[in-house]
Amino acid sequence: MASQEVYYVPDGSKWPIIATLALFTSFLGGAVWFNGGDIGKFILLIGLAAVTYMFYGWFKDVIKESLAGKYSKQVDVSFRMGMGWFILSEVMFFAAFFGALYYAREFSIPWLSGEGQGGHNGTHEFLWPAFQAAWPMNVMPDPSRYTQYTNVIPAFGIPALNTALLLSSGVTVTLAHWALQKNNRKSLCTWLAATVLLGIIFVGFQAYEYVHAHQALDLTLKGGIYGSTFYMLTGFHGFHVTMGALMLAVILYRSVKGHFSKKDHFAFEAVAWYWHFVDVVWLGLFIFVYWI
Amino acid sequence: MSTIAKDTHHDHEHKPTGLKRWFFSTNHKDIGTLYLIFALTMFFVGGAMAMIIRAELFQPGLQFVDPQFYNSMVTIHALVMIFGAVMPAGVGLANWMIPLMIGAPDMALPRMNNMSFWILPFAFALLLSTIFMQGGGPAGGWTMYPPLVLQTGDAFPFLIFAVHFLGVSSIMGAINIIATVFNMRAPGMSLMQMPLFVWTWVITSFLLIASLPVLAGAVTMLLTDKYFGTSFFSAAGGGDPVLFQHIFWFFGHPEVYILALPAFGIVSSIIPTFSRKPLFGYASMVYATASIAILSFFVWAHHMFTVGLPIKGELFFMYATMLIAVPTGVKVFNWMATMWKGSMTFETPMLFAVAFVILFTIGGFSGLMLGITPVDFQYHDTYFVVAHFHYVLLTGAVFALMAAVYYWLPKWTGHMYDERLGKIHFWLSAISANVLFFPQHFLGLAGMPRRIPDYNIQFADFNMISSIGGFAYGLTQLLFIYIVIKCALGGKKAKSVSWEGARGLEWTVPSPAPFHTFETPPKIRKEMLENG
Ligand code: HEM
Ligand SMILES: [Cu+2]
Repeated sequence: MASQEVYYVPDGSKWPIIATLALFTSFLGGAVWFNGGDIGKFILLIGLAAVTYMFYGWFKDVIKESLAGKYSKQVDVSFRMGMGWFILSEVMFFAAFFGALYYAREFSIPWLSGEGQGGHNGTHEFLWPAFQAAWPMNVMPDPSRYTQYTNVIPAFGIPALNTALLLSSGVTVTLAHWALQKNNRKSLCTWLAATVLLGIIFVGFQAYEYVHAHQALDLTLKGGIYGSTFYMLTGFHGFHVTMGALMLAVILYRSVKGHFSKKDHFAFEAVAWYWHFVDVVWLGLFIFVYWI
Repeated sequence: MSTIAKDTHHDHEHKPTGLKRWFFSTNHKDIGTLYLIFALTMFFVGGAMAMIIRAELFQPGLQFVDPQFYNSMVTIHALVMIFGAVMPAGVGLANWMIPLMIGAPDMALPRMNNMSFWILPFAFALLLSTIFMQGGGPAGGWTMYPPLVLQTGDAFPFLIFAVHFLGVSSIMGAINIIATVFNMRAPGMSLMQMPLFVWTWVITSFLLIASLPVLAGAVTMLLTDKYFGTSFFSAAGGGDPVLFQHIFWFFGHPEVYILALPAFGIVSSIIPTFSRKPLFGYASMVYATASIAILSFFVWAHHMFTVGLPIKGELFFMYATMLIAVPTGVKVFNWMATMWKGSMTFETPMLFAVAFVILFTIGGFSGLMLGITPVDFQYHDTYFVVAHFHYVLLTGAVFALMAAVYYWLPKWTGHMYDERLGKIHFWLSAISANVLFFPQHFLGLAGMPRRIPDYNIQFADFNMISSIGGFAYGLTQLLFIYIVIKCALGGKKAKSVSWEGARGLEWTVPSPAPFHTFETPPKIRKEMLENG
């Protein structure tokens, strides 16, 4: 085929349409479920199973093609750009939640406590004159509608430990990369395994922290703006770490099977970038959510 | 015919058939066609809703629909037009034309391309199904402000997930375009030799990637506020409903440029062709586009002047908004300078392009008025706003898209469209669109609020005129469908250079463009380039 001499334009594939149907099913199930229809749960489950199957199948095809040597240098660059820009879109997704956190702390809470607007702040004066600004804010402007928590997770406990874990996992994944560049398969696999392990421990700690926060501190999603931002930010981040660890595990499996070469290892790098991205987001979380 | 064209002819077409061709496609032309057909379909779906709205507003009082349904029509009309008609039409054009314009065999990531298209019909299935649900469709406006939107019935999660789904599609489309432009240009084509349409689309893609995830975040917060007890937008829990507006418009203002920039690119291709002169100030056009894009992230609160922002905020966002007028002015100036002393002819694409320049500028001026904080206190949420954004969106973006279709139809179908009918379509559209939207300026200045099915008797005359214009505009678009179908089925054979003054790589391939083009990269010669 002429196109392959220059750029590999892949043949038709069933995966995009399967992916679409799988996502559609998941969304449909989720929406029905939110509306109180129990059948929605099952639809959602089917959808998510289909999503999993799709990822498996699609990547399997791509890996096969890659091993068959169909991808030129230029295709590799396209993939790299794709991953890079995808990560930027993820950054912007988190930015929305960080923005909400910033806004709550800098604007809405001070205003609710009567600051600003030339000292004549109607919301404060007429609705909740007793409200006083605080962060973490465990007395809500209208306490009757939210659960009050006794305490929040201190930064220098599990979170600090988790910071150390994730930062070291950033180091181990880089060591794995160096090993790959030196064609040292054994060290590659070892460092990758260490990275996956660190990721799993991180998620484990995070899960423990959630249980503790819920049960011992009464801190829940219903805990006003603090609870909202805390759980949504750490929750989405935790989800990303889980995904990243899964992807790393796949890369580990492929490394054990002898995939990747010194020059050709886009998948490895893409996952490594992703891992560094969740790392950086975590630093933001540690500083702005837990610490200051 | 150039050497490239001959090359592609030797190749067997290697063209899949039947359902597989469309469902499993990895071909940028097929996917582009799917996008364009989908967009046209949704233009009529959204248009039908607009007709319902205008019918209700034909006279004061409630005649046909109840207010809840009316508001759901307003909301869904907007979502359909923006996410279903204008954006997909733009992506469809990008799919068809960018590889042809930069001498690439296809888009960089063809499978993802297919997925980003197929998401659209399914996302709209989610959205449109809500019309028939308990509690009706979403009716809080396309801006989805809480707390109102949280009162939506069963439609609510469908609305949110449809927005998520559409976001996924757009982001994938944008990533694909960026990778294509930066990685797939024929050797020898530098960035500053690309047609402006390609430039505007790369910049639009940046906007999409940076802004749509923010919208996804905003609607996710709505979802958790409603179902999981979070309080992002509830002051009772320390949040703020105004926070939603900030996040939404951080997406929303770049979004309006996502709709407008590709239109700029289109007319920047068409005007030079029919003026038989190269584009005036090519480099300044590129920089102006980039400046508009960057500035668009710093003006969002001009949609929120009346919510009670601190005075410093009001001032900052007013001045930042005024600033955007500068690069926009550069563009309008360059288009006019391109036409200046050109040997102009006025085929249908040119008519639409010139109308775009004039009418978009009118919309730009009313926008400038709205951007002045104290003035906006008077105009906010009135029909003046409706008139403003329809000038930029309908007589702006949609007119440019129409121009693009007429301009490239010969390349797509291999036939010339019926020029006489095209001209009739243009004149009827241009006149009716102005009858439709111009009086709305007066209505707004006199104080008629938007998003209300009934109005005071004093607004009756202008509303009736506006509705008549609306029906005329709607009917006229049926003619467009007829012209397009007629052209697809037959007509005068189009030459590979379908327009006398046309330049650019897309005109070096035969008409209709064969299934595969530029399988080996073309040798770029300066005179082949649009801006050479
Ligand atoms: C077919 C011609 C069209 C007609 C007759 C029409 C008419 C209308 C009317 C009457 C409204 C309601 C205004 C109100 O009461 O607030 C409206 C809203 C709107 N339309 Fe259109 N429209 C047309 C095309 C378009 C197009 C092409 C776009 C975008 C690309 C568009 C975008 C919007 C938006 C964003 C709103 C605001 C909805 C809201 O308030 O949430 N319209 N249109
Ligand atoms: Cu704006």
